[in-house]
Amino acid sequence: MAYLTTLPIDAAPLVRAVEAPDRGGIASFVGLVRNQHGGRAVLRLEYSAYAPMAEAECARIVAEAESRWPVRVSLAHRLGALEIGDVAVAVAAGAAHRDAAFAACRYVIEEAKTRVPIWKKEFYADGTVSWVDPTRAAERSAAS
Amino acid sequence: MATMTNTTTSSISVRVLLFASYAERLGRDVVELKLPPGATVGDVVFAIRALPGGGELPDRPLTARNLEHCALDAPVVAGDEIAILPPMAGG
Repeated sequence: MAYLTTLPIDAAPLVRAVEAPDRGGIASFVGLVRNQHGGRAVLRLEYSAYAPMAEAECARIVAEAESRWPVRVSLAHRLGALEIGDVAVAVAAGAAHRDAAFAACRYVIEEAKTRVPIWKKEFYADGTVSWVDPTRAAERSAAS
Repeated sequence: MATMTNTTTSSISVRVLLFASYAERLGRDVVELKLPPGATVGDVVFAIRALPGGGELPDRPLTARNLEHCALDAPVVAGDEIAILPPMAGG
């Protein structure tokens, strides 16, 4: 299950969605809006997307994880205007054992970051605004 | 009229979508293009980069064809929706 939403994301239902009597482990990842980026104070941000493709790509990534590991995965990504501390993305992977759950959860968030057509515009405390480009070296090291 | 008819029947129409920083640079988020038969996604990128502001786009950007990532040598057929994607920043 994967979806995009302009409404706040609560990770709890995503975790519950992958629960089952035969699944003993659920790994989850929740990405939040951070108050700084590369040393610059961030006030808020806006996510925009190529929505039909983003939905299709999220579904493909979840399907890949579910075929590669014996897991059930849920994924949600927020769009629109977000404030510091808002949930930007949430992933939950449920499996019989923790190894598959952790691996699938990690796979889904890493693939989502590089493949899902979503863009982030950051608004800084100094009044400037910029589109985030994770492929730029300075931003890559700042993000790690 | 004959020329127009020939052009219509021999060229392929594609819809090109631009997003985020790329849409800002070109001042538009959709472009309708007519391309010769046999054109590729790379030809679409070339045509977009020739528009005002298009030169600021990379010469090998990420691209998608009909909602799936594609390579620049992917063929384009009539009715395709081609997207030129800035570096993605979700998550």
